[in-house]
Amino acid sequence: MHEMSITISMMEIVREHMARVGLKGLKRLKVRVGELTAVEPRALSFCFEAYVKGTEFEGAALDIEEVPYLGRCTGCGEKFHMEGFLQLCPRCEGVHIEELSGTELEIVSMEAS
Amino acid sequence: MHDFTIKEKILSKNDELAGENRVLLRERGVYSINMVSSPGSGKTSVIEKTLEALKGKLEVAVIEGDLQTDLDAQRIKKHGVPVRQITTGKACHLDAHLVGGALDWLFSHPEVRLLIIENVGNMVCPAEYDLGEDAKVLVMSAPEGDDKPLKYPAIFHASDVLLINKTDLIPHTDFSMARARKNALAINPGLKIFETSCVTGEGIDAWVNYLTGEMMTVVP
Repeated sequence: MHEMSITISMMEIVREHMARVGLKGLKRLKVRVGELTAVEPRALSFCFEAYVKGTEFEGAALDIEEVPYLGRCTGCGEKFHMEGFLQLCPRCEGVHIEELSGTELEIVSMEAS
Repeated sequence: MHDFTIKEKILSKNDELAGENRVLLRERGVYSINMVSSPGSGKTSVIEKTLEALKGKLEVAVIEGDLQTDLDAQRIKKHGVPVRQITTGKACHLDAHLVGGALDWLFSHPEVRLLIIENVGNMVCPAEYDLGEDAKVLVMSAPEGDDKPLKYPAIFHASDVLLINKTDLIPHTDFSMARARKNALAINPGLKIFETSCVTGEGIDAWVNYLTGEMMTVVP
């Protein structure tokens, strides 16, 4: 359970960006969380709600885009969802897999005034 | 209302600090490993065995991360190596800032070539936090079950080395080494795996030889 640390890091970045462009009211924050990260989206939402209460960010919404763990087999070229996080091609059973997505933990954008 | 693209990693600050740690460690010729595991996998025992094997050959220092107490640090101290305890309070992982704060202490021991960082026993959170180490070494113990990699994929994916510890207990469990290896490699085909026991000493030499070999390629 480290979603609170993640939330604090996230809001520090937001605070810096808002200060830089002279904005005060955060309306919406969009983030991407990969399936393979050790971050649980529901716990992140919960921590975000707890964090913004009583701060300048109160009332802001958090949009979490959950990014699936996708891979491409370097042998046969098959693109697939890595079910159970296994790096195994479902078509040719190849194990040389290029990771396409699923490790993201990033802020995408914000709406603010 | 304005819409802003930010496109920044949430842990960018930690990654930046980890990068600084890495540069400082390299400059001083120190190789570092970040040891992660669930609580009770035998991490501290593996470190003690590693220290015994390296005694007289290589100067080592240890950073101990724990929620509370300096019990592990006291165990390490008996081996006569510099040890620094970091208690995180209730935080479930070490981060690059905490480790960075211990580097001045580390560099006051200029003879040290290898830094072992024992992370807080936790198989979830440490997966996300780079400390600036050269390698992440994951310890899992046989009694935890051969399906552990499937249950905690992020940490298996993030690690470079896996020590499957407490092999002496295998006869008392339904643990299958073949299944454990297969599961671990299915999550991370690049994992280097060693089977160890701190009771019988099995695998410790192989692990330590590998460690010193890797070290020489990074900080000759």
